[in-house]
Amino acid sequence: MKVLLIAESREGKLLNSCYELMAFAEKMAAETAMFLVGSDSALPQYGGKLYLADVSAAGEYNPDGHKQLILDVVAKEQPDMVVFSHSSYGWDLAPRVAFALQAAQISEVVDVAGSTMVVPVCNAKLRRDVAPKTAKTVVTLQAGAFGLAEVPSAAPVVEKLTSQSGGKIEFTGYEQAESGGVDLGKAKIIVSAGRGIGKPENVAMIADLAKALGGEYGASRPVVDSEWVEHNRQVGTTGQTVAPKLYVACGISGAIQHLAGMKKSEFIVAVNTDKDAPIGDVADVLVVADLKQFVPALTAKIQAL
Amino acid sequence: MKILVCIKQVPDMESKFKVDAGGTWYAKTDLAWRMNEYDEYAVEQAVQLKEQVKDADLTVLCIGSEKVKETMKKALAMGCDRGAHIADEEADKKEPFQIAGIIAEYAKEKNFDLIFTGMQSQDRGSGQVGILVAEMLGMPGITTVVHFAYKDGVIEAKRELEGGVKACVKVAAPAVITCQLGLNTPRYPTLPNIMKAKKKELLSVPAADLLKVESRQDTAKMYFPEKKGGGLVLEGDPAALVDQLIKILKEKTAVLG
Ligand SMILES: Cc1cc2nc3c(=O)[nH]c(=O)nc-3n(C[C@H](O)[C@H](O)[C@H](O)COP(=O)(O)OP(=O)(O)OC[C@H]3O[C@@H](n4cnc5c(N)ncnc54)[C@H](O)[C@@H]3O)c2cc1C
Repeated sequence: MKVLLIAESREGKLLNSCYELMAFAEKMAAETAMFLVGSDSALPQYGGKLYLADVSAAGEYNPDGHKQLILDVVAKEQPDMVVFSHSSYGWDLAPRVAFALQAAQISEVVDVAGSTMVVPVCNAKLRRDVAPKTAKTVVTLQAGAFGLAEVPSAAPVVEKLTSQSGGKIEFTGYEQAESGGVDLGKAKIIVSAGRGIGKPENVAMIADLAKALGGEYGASRPVVDSEWVEHNRQVGTTGQTVAPKLYVACGISGAIQHLAGMKKSEFIVAVNTDKDAPIGDVADVLVVADLKQFVPALTAKIQAL
Repeated sequence: MKILVCIKQVPDMESKFKVDAGGTWYAKTDLAWRMNEYDEYAVEQAVQLKEQVKDADLTVLCIGSEKVKETMKKALAMGCDRGAHIADEEADKKEPFQIAGIIAEYAKEKNFDLIFTGMQSQDRGSGQVGILVAEMLGMPGITTVVHFAYKDGVIEAKRELEGGVKACVKVAAPAVITCQLGLNTPRYPTLPNIMKAKKKELLSVPAADLLKVESRQDTAKMYFPEKKGGGLVLEGDPAALVDQLIKILKEKTAVLG
């Protein structure tokens, strides 16, 4: 078994997720090679062979170009599997590579058993064992599912790739997330509102509980997308990552992208009408209740303490 | 301009799921169905584009049983002009490569200037179909789009990356766009538009006519994950629950004192 690991860099920095790819390869007991569009000055600690395309020529986002580079490496290395992170880079590129290789693609793998891959279904309420039917496969790995490999104090054997410029999509630059306002990262207690609050007026109820506890309030993405709460209060992969002493998730189902932003909290309380909501997997306490009754009652009791 | 938007009907994620008798998918009984959330943004963006360019014809495509027509009618009421229903009782057994194959087969030679899809479905969540359609048709594809603008044949879009950073990209039509949550504010169909939608064309084609590719993967088994947490579950009268939770917070954390 040989796997080609697709590392990533963003704004000149190597992303740590390459060590997750290495952990996956270890679990598979597979031989590895690695591919990176990056630079000499930000190489992974990796004992194997690294195919490096210089970012100044290849661009950080150029799916046509990156696909071709990966296909060239596949032709040389003949891996059984090409492994991406299930990230904005990976889920964009993996289907392109899979299509070109006529390979099955299995997305968001959370576990493996032999050649069978385990993937989540329906917001992680269910799981599926998937078996590829093609000789080569392309997989994307859910962030965090395989942990980080122990970082070897090794330097890769670098083979440089030359990339053709061009491609149909022109990348014109990054736009940073808005900064300023509240810094959730500093809050010791966070109470977050999810779609289960139902309407914008109910944000106040969540903010009141946060205040009674001496903390800040946050939100899940739909609440921010609906513009009920500003983006700098969004918790999750595309928002803030927080680890307060207490996190109270109100009306939040517990999608992986939300969990990624709060699961390291010291103590987690979830308030949800759905006893099977995946937030229950990370919650120390799951209160099965309608937040519209429970939250104001809790706030009143805490204020009276 | 010709626009295609591809949608999927999915169960409400708050449903109580059961594994079906075959053991490889969830049982379709006792579920509430709706339009895949990501696709609502795709439909809205397609309708906005049609309104912007005026001279446009917008087709909504959906693969599935007779029942998915309900969801297609919502898309028609939101502003799509016509529906292409790909009739398939076994749509849930098809993997993304086959679904994309069906869509590409339908779309080829129809010269769509833009194809919108959701970035993923809420149930299967593979996130492959849009890009595979693009590759199959030889069109550029942009994923995870949270901002879309169109002018004189050129699309300016923003892709959402981790941490809320966005990548700005430019591409000439024809192109495939996969839509991320928050791209726009999907409209609610108005009653007059719901009535109008009933008269819009909604033709069915059997999936078998369009399926030209083999499946590349099989689901061996579907099951419930083992519960990890071992966290405490509190149920019952809300007032009593408040007292129980306060007691726990006092014992297990230092936040109340
Ligand atoms: C690439 C990508 C990035 C993303 N980034 C993020 C991110 O950074 N942060 C984020 O949060 N999400 C993110 N998401 C979205 C994520 O997948 C989920 O869609 C989102 O987290 C769902 O938010 P929610 O739990 O509030 O809503 P839902 O999933 O709709 O859950 C609502 C919950 O409220 C409960 N509920 C309903 N009514 C009540 C009531 N009266 N009382 C109590 N409970 C009730 C329901 O049982 C349900 O569990 C991202 C998605 C993608 C694809």
